[in-house]
Amino acid sequence: MINLRIPASPAADDTVAAGQNVKFAARDVNVHYGNKHAIRGIDIDILENEVVAFIGPSGCGKSTFLRCLNRMNDTLDGCKVSGDIRLDGEDIYSPSVDVVHLRARVGMVFQKPNPFPKSIYDNVAYGPRIHGLCASQDELDATVERSLRGAGLWNEVKDRLADPGNGLSGGQQQRLCIARAIAVEPEVILMDEPCSALDPIATGLVEQLIDELRRRYTIVIVTHNMQQAARVSQKTAFFHLGDLAEFGETEAIFTNPRDERTQGYITGRYG
Amino acid sequence: MPLSLVLVVIVLLAALGYAMGRSRALAAGGGSARTLNSVPRYYGSYVALWAGLPSLVLLFIWNAADGAIIRGMVIDRIAMATSVTAPAALNLAFANVVNLANGALNSDGADPNLLAAAGYYNHLQDLSGQIAGALVLVLALCGLAYALRRVRPALRARNAVERVVHTLLMLSSLLAILTTVGIVLSLIFESIRFFTHVAPWDFLFGLQWSPQTALRADQVGSSSAFGAVPLFAGTLLIATIAMLVAVPVGLMSAIYLSEYASRRTRAVVKPLLEVLAGIPTVVYGFFAALTVAPFFRSLGQMAGLDVSSESALAAGIVMGIMIVPFVSSLSDDVINAVPQSLRDGSYGMGATRSETIRQVVLPAALPGIVGAFLLAVSRAVGETMIVVMAAGLAANLTFNPLEAVTTVTVQIATLLVGDQEFDSPKTLSVFALGLTLFLVTLCLNVIALRIVQKYREKYD
Repeated sequence: MINLRIPASPAADDTVAAGQNVKFAARDVNVHYGNKHAIRGIDIDILENEVVAFIGPSGCGKSTFLRCLNRMNDTLDGCKVSGDIRLDGEDIYSPSVDVVHLRARVGMVFQKPNPFPKSIYDNVAYGPRIHGLCASQDELDATVERSLRGAGLWNEVKDRLADPGNGLSGGQQQRLCIARAIAVEPEVILMDEPCSALDPIATGLVEQLIDELRRRYTIVIVTHNMQQAARVSQKTAFFHLGDLAEFGETEAIFTNPRDERTQGYITGRYG
Repeated sequence: MPLSLVLVVIVLLAALGYAMGRSRALAAGGGSARTLNSVPRYYGSYVALWAGLPSLVLLFIWNAADGAIIRGMVIDRIAMATSVTAPAALNLAFANVVNLANGALNSDGADPNLLAAAGYYNHLQDLSGQIAGALVLVLALCGLAYALRRVRPALRARNAVERVVHTLLMLSSLLAILTTVGIVLSLIFESIRFFTHVAPWDFLFGLQWSPQTALRADQVGSSSAFGAVPLFAGTLLIATIAMLVAVPVGLMSAIYLSEYASRRTRAVVKPLLEVLAGIPTVVYGFFAALTVAPFFRSLGQMAGLDVSSESALAAGIVMGIMIVPFVSSLSDDVINAVPQSLRDGSYGMGATRSETIRQVVLPAALPGIVGAFLLAVSRAVGETMIVVMAAGLAANLTFNPLEAVTTVTVQIATLLVGDQEFDSPKTLSVFALGLTLFLVTLCLNVIALRIVQKYREKYD
């Protein structure tokens, strides 16, 4: 079973049969911003080494739910999360969980490229340094190189690692942020509309990268671009006004949506 | 007619003009504002300006000029009546006449010639007032009538009114600039006069400051007592102590306020901190002199140290407290200007709050924070009252914070208190000190504003 309450498509059942582990399991997740009920009772299972796309109209709660997965909502005033979210079976909202460790396991790439005002090298080395992952300078150098290669940026920046990260182009900055995220070897990477500030060529590079990253990481991506969701993801979740309207195989969602809200959104009748 | 009455009448006429212009415009537009070029109130303002502005200008010019004219006429009369011709004596006689006319001098037994002149003076004053009142009122009425006649739908009243407002705004800013230019020019010219007595080299690099010894004219050329280095050193010492207090306290409170404090705490603490900025410096001054300085003195005595009762330490620390809100408020602003996305990026990597602040927020805000520090330094360098009261007047060339020192501003204040002769280098040195201080703070401010500006561009 993909999901306990929302019946999954037959194809989805096949994927589970292939023996993938459930990485994230969310049950009855509700989020309140002050008086606003932003997320209503979401149940979802995200499998390991899978790309899941969250789509839906603006304000539907997809980014809010994404930020629940590494507890980024903790930093917002007046935001209350209830329900049960488990990473590898462990409740991430339990008091015994250190949010710092959680975020090291669940990295995040943001909508707008946000490199730190530091050199390219220091941007990538930031995570390994604060978590003390590298014992020596050589090891740190190797980690930086591996991460930049992983983000497909190494060849473009290897001769100017000391240059400021803000000096790169928008697409390069976003790949730098991805390199920064994978430098700490997370298990899951959350991406909040990572291509919305990029041109089509840079978007293509990032999408290609996502497909490669899938081999090592579980990826959850929020996107407004339905072609992008169709291109990069295996599963798609459609959010509507705080509800999870439909969740299943990407192909099934885009070719044969069962929920009429999904159908309306995908065919462009509203959204 | 008294001036105040004329003013009231002008204002009333302008108000009347406003009402009439407005209703006339509406009537001309057939009761609707739609056919008019401008909104009706602009026609009102147009008429009011025509009624009020020229007459006010005339009143101003008349009042500025009539004193000199009356004075000339009265002096001519005194000269004819008493055959006094020396200008100084005539001026004296005129002063007496004015005093007689005002009743400040007892008229019993006064010179009948002067009494007659005083009567003449009063008569001229009255006449001038009446002519002015009449002229101004006629002008106001003419302006009102002229503007009313011009009110018709096609009149571009808004453009005319806005031109007047535009000019007014420009004149206001010009006034501020001209004042600054005037101050700078007077500083420069008086400093040049000072430097004809004392070589600039001796002033800037001399090690001894004792302006009192140079009072006697025969000592002026040979004395080297105008060496300002002890003053610069004292200023530097006190400003350094002040910054040593203000920078850590201000910066840390800014970090607390912007990164850690809850919204409610912030709403209480920030205004409280800014109250510090509202305390008059003279209050800080006696706090420093009566509380802090004796405290350090007794503390020093307990430790077997010789602490002067007026010490650079006391003045510097109190000055530091004074500029804490300055540093914290400006730093708080620049820290808040660091985009949240950078913090999110760092938190998203699993960084703790303090790691994020130290390694991402502060480096990003650094240029702005440096700008805040520089503005605070120029504030500390220019501060006078605290140092006058707490640091003393002795121009010691020392870097020992426990001794009394003096600063540039203190010397300026003390040299100008009381009677001075304006051709002695003692008094003129004030301008050279002021010029130096002005140049230093100007440079600091320019650098600080440059840095802050550059920083703003990076995120906007």
